[in-house]
Amino acid sequence: MRGWRGLAGALLGVVCLLGLSALLIWLGGFSVGHALVALWGGSFGSWYALTSSTLVRAVPLMLSGCAVAIAFRAGVFNIGAEGQLLLGATFATGVGLIAPRGGPIAIFMALIAGACGGALWAGIAAVLRRRFGVLEVISTIMLNFIALNLVAYLVRGPFQEPTHAYPQSSPLPDTLHLPRIPGMGRLHVGILVAVAVLIGAGWLLRYSAAGFRIIAVGENASAARSAGLIDVERVTSRVFVASGAIAGLAGALQVLGVTFALYEDLSPGYGYTAIAVALLAGLDAWMVIPSAVLFAALESGGSAMQRDANVPSTLVAIVEAVLILTALWLQRDGRWARARALRRVVSPRAES
Amino acid sequence: MTTGDLATFLSAGVRTATPLALAALGELLVERSGLINIGLEGAILAGAFGALLGASAGGLALGYLAAMGAGVVMALIFAFFVLRVRADQIITGTALTLLSVGATGTMYRALYGSGGAALRVPTSGSIPFPVLSRIPVIGPAFFDQPLVTYIAYGLACALSWWLYRTHAGLALRAVGEEPEAAAAAGIRVVRVRASAILAGGVLAGLSGAALVLAHAGTFAEGMSAGRGFVAIAIVILGRWTPAGVALAALLFGAASALQFAFQAMGWQVPYQLFLAIPYALTLAGLAGGVGRSRGPAALNRAL
Repeated sequence: MRGWRGLAGALLGVVCLLGLSALLIWLGGFSVGHALVALWGGSFGSWYALTSSTLVRAVPLMLSGCAVAIAFRAGVFNIGAEGQLLLGATFATGVGLIAPRGGPIAIFMALIAGACGGALWAGIAAVLRRRFGVLEVISTIMLNFIALNLVAYLVRGPFQEPTHAYPQSSPLPDTLHLPRIPGMGRLHVGILVAVAVLIGAGWLLRYSAAGFRIIAVGENASAARSAGLIDVERVTSRVFVASGAIAGLAGALQVLGVTFALYEDLSPGYGYTAIAVALLAGLDAWMVIPSAVLFAALESGGSAMQRDANVPSTLVAIVEAVLILTALWLQRDGRWARARALRRVVSPRAES
Repeated sequence: MTTGDLATFLSAGVRTATPLALAALGELLVERSGLINIGLEGAILAGAFGALLGASAGGLALGYLAAMGAGVVMALIFAFFVLRVRADQIITGTALTLLSVGATGTMYRALYGSGGAALRVPTSGSIPFPVLSRIPVIGPAFFDQPLVTYIAYGLACALSWWLYRTHAGLALRAVGEEPEAAAAAGIRVVRVRASAILAGGVLAGLSGAALVLAHAGTFAEGMSAGRGFVAIAIVILGRWTPAGVALAALLFGAASALQFAFQAMGWQVPYQLFLAIPYALTLAGLAGGVGRSRGPAALNRAL
């Protein structure tokens, strides 16, 4: 049911997106046909664009989208995927710099370290929430900026490349690069990791007792606490940390598969786009896969549009924002509203 | 550090703090009504772009007006989705920031080209206070600033009075603490919240105008550069009080002014760590390090 709504939302999104893009391009006085051809050509239009651009961008969006989706499902408003991703990238780079000989074991360790970095960063917010009742919305924003400044410091300080000319870490040796998938351009095996994580997370949420607890807590924490013998604090803390680990893994894969070095602009806001990705997927882990591909296609098509048709690539951000607002509009009688209606029946309150 | 360096540093701190303080005072009103507007970042950016359009079309005054207008447009969208559609505040705010980044970037490139020939718009010069500006060191820093800085000072004082000494201020605080009780007492909760959001929009727009018309004299894509999120941190660090917000804004302003001071003195200090300090302080404050640092009880509760 949720999945179908996500799919319907995604399909509606595609239609909405094409119409809206065309309208905006027309309003801006550009050639609509030319621009849409470029948008298509840069996203799905060729094997090269699909594999080397769209799917490469989809990897971090899938994982950070998954991180956001599972957290939101448990009622944890983790908007710190960006910071957790950066910490993951930092930890993975750290392992890479310690183990310059590389090899499969070093790559594996770097990925684990990345997940730990993300988990650590989310863990701070989880402890603040559990022990001190700090709203995670606020703490994760603060942690995002602390992470950004931390990376900015590291790439000019301890991690800086030996010539000290650029604000970035030394490039990782070839032996630490994730292998590419043969015949698929620049696409690295990270996409398999991402898809596996998403399938696993979706399966867990649907069919396992742990998933049931997560959803119960997210739907109605007090009911879960009183009727279901669920330790709500423990569930939310664990989901928070797991969510951070997944976002951290996204950062690690980005360093080992795409950028091969740590620098400040490593993520063009993947952790924020992830919120849109998760929302469009109806917070369903499986639906995050097509949703992430759609957003990745939009962004890589947008760059092509700027390059070939001189249409501002920022137009894509408008389309994304309208997609989110449309999803909010469509979900106005959805889950959150239903939970509110329930509460109102239980405790009638004056018109507010 | 000579007194000249110190004066320059303080002056830069106050200058940097001005847009932060304006936006944070607006967010303070919104949060006191029990809402969080994460779209503040987008509203500041929209204000900055409005200031550019207004000022290049009809001078400074039109620039300030257009900036506030742009802030109000963003606020209206936020109010519609949060109060009418009853959408989630955080997601709405995120979408609004994205919308603003996209819309200002697209319009800027469509109007002025992506090459970005440095546009110049008129800036409002600083107005020295007659006597106060001649106090050594702190005089030039605090009393030789553009008009918007004085507006920020005045606003912090006025809000301190308004919030605690008027019926309207009481109504706002009541809505943020106990919306049900406030409604039972005859306060129109939605109307109070809508007004707070609109006021927040005006101030966010003014904050964007301060960036363009009082400091940079030009517009750049994404020039709000995270200030909206800094402002949210400032509200927390200032413990949801106008005076606290003003001081916290100065602290954040000083932290980012340090980098210029270090550069001026030729120190190779990792200033990024200094930039992170205020955020860490905000977290520590939230964790209840010292005294009361509790937000409005209804903050971010589903409507």
